[in-house]
Amino acid sequence: MDLLWEGVKKAFELLWTLDPEVLGITALSLKVSILATLVSLVLGGAAGMAIALTRFPGKRLAIAVINTGMGLPPVVVGLFVTILIWRSGPFGFLDILYTPTAIIVAQTVIATPIIAGITLAAIQQLHPDLRLQILALGATRWQMLGLLAREARLPLMAAVMAGFGGVISEVGASIMVGGNVKDSTRVLTTATVMETGMGNFDTAIALSLILMVLTFSVNALLTHIQQRDRPR
Amino acid sequence: MSAGPVAAEAPATAPALEVSGLAVHRGGVQVLDVPVLSLRAGSVLALIGPNGSGKTTLLKTLACLLEPAAGSLRFQGRELASRLDRQAYRKRVTMVFQDPLLLDTTVVRNLETGLRLRGVPAPERRERVLDAARRFGIEHLLGRRAHRLSGGEAQRASLARAFVLRPEILFLDEPFSALDPPTREGLLEDLGAALRQTGTTTVLATHDQNEALRLADTLAVMHLGRIVQTGSGVEVVNRPVDEFVAAFVGMETVLPGQVAESRQGLCTVAVGGAQVHCVGGPQPGTPVLVGIRPENVLLSDHDGAGHSARNHFPATVTRVVPKGPFFKVELDCGFFLAAFVTPGALEELALAPGRAVVASFKATAVHLITRG
Repeated sequence: MDLLWEGVKKAFELLWTLDPEVLGITALSLKVSILATLVSLVLGGAAGMAIALTRFPGKRLAIAVINTGMGLPPVVVGLFVTILIWRSGPFGFLDILYTPTAIIVAQTVIATPIIAGITLAAIQQLHPDLRLQILALGATRWQMLGLLAREARLPLMAAVMAGFGGVISEVGASIMVGGNVKDSTRVLTTATVMETGMGNFDTAIALSLILMVLTFSVNALLTHIQQRDRPR
Repeated sequence: MSAGPVAAEAPATAPALEVSGLAVHRGGVQVLDVPVLSLRAGSVLALIGPNGSGKTTLLKTLACLLEPAAGSLRFQGRELASRLDRQAYRKRVTMVFQDPLLLDTTVVRNLETGLRLRGVPAPERRERVLDAARRFGIEHLLGRRAHRLSGGEAQRASLARAFVLRPEILFLDEPFSALDPPTREGLLEDLGAALRQTGTTTVLATHDQNEALRLADTLAVMHLGRIVQTGSGVEVVNRPVDEFVAAFVGMETVLPGQVAESRQGLCTVAVGGAQVHCVGGPQPGTPVLVGIRPENVLLSDHDGAGHSARNHFPATVTRVVPKGPFFKVELDCGFFLAAFVTPGALEELALAPGRAVVASFKATAVHLITRG
């Protein structure tokens, strides 16, 4: 029990004193995961809407692929992104292995199918004639898409939360493509793994606490946006 | 009288909408085939037909919400050739669906949506929204969230959202079918008034002929993706062109027969073993269908002497079925015949299966359909 108690005390000390290293790690985690979520929102949101609103041969297969992608193991993503951006790999010329950019790329690969899958389901559950009704009110195609997204805003925000939750908490891909380099690619999850391995449970607990508070805060904010005009 | 310049003759107004060679396919099957259809400005056309007859598909195609496989649409004389033409056209017409399809926001925002999309400035928007809300009795609901409205309120909001746009053509797809009878009645009344006051050119799809007769000046009966008959309400109801239309408009009795005799605009048709007198002059020997509306058949317990009707048949009641405010009495006169009677008459004549009566109907009440 002492171990845990000491850990919690140390954690608050680190937080209280605004330990620069911990702050740096936290800031990088947030930056990387928010960027990855935003890119995924654009890619996954567009893909989800496009697939939901168009008819094409192989649509079911596409949906099955996306749904499978929603559960991609981060280590598998880490492995393949590493191979692709390895010095001699097809994207080696980009020279991004062991940089924050590499983590953003890997996390985007993880979050895009999650957001696409939920977006797809969200748009498909709208009334099939709603799209036509909006066009019949005089909307252009883009205005129609905007209004549909607005109608599906609850599940779309859920998609963003799921995407963000998926990437802020993953460790496999970040450690493989980022390398957990101090002051460069060390994020909360990779640092926690490392500190635990080194027996520094106090620091590990501190990092975990921060991770949980962070995840909770971001989700609370998104939930607030999602629910603000809902009647209780 | 001054010999001034001759008043320019009003230009022959082009029909609001003209259709030619329209075809829609679904899954490789042609589901709509409308060679020609013309919609007069200010008129109300009702597309009637059973479910699956193509009414909604035609409506969506006319509203440019569905791309036809073939055919052309002309709006006020101009062909809607390009995507931009159709986009511009959609800003001048609108459609109300069977489900209200309100957006998840307040009623007032719903009513404003189309106006915003059309770039109408805020003060004018407010005025028009209030006007339309008043017309459909939903002023007190404007601040409510749309998804909290009852079915009737939501459909009122949906109709108001269409009228607020002052559309040049209004397409209505069974807007009342999901409503209970009293709600439907009230809404029908308000819609009828709104259509008369605004003179909006309208196409209404419905499977309820009463709705069609009440709102429309022209009926088009649809069957299997085609328009099988177009005409005024009276025409379609009393003079259906074929057996399908006859059955659909409630002509309960349709019997095959053959013209036995024909002279001076009157003819006699052999139906089963009986002779039915009717008006019309097909050649003797012509195979025909004899149609008789149930409300035109009179039942009595005597032989009908002194009655002006030409046709009298002794009959036995086989079945009595309640039919709205009436009862439908099915009879065996050697051929099948159906009659509508009031509850009072039912009681007075003690109509029940097995009862012997005399069925009478006028020669003018018989509609002949020539069989091909």
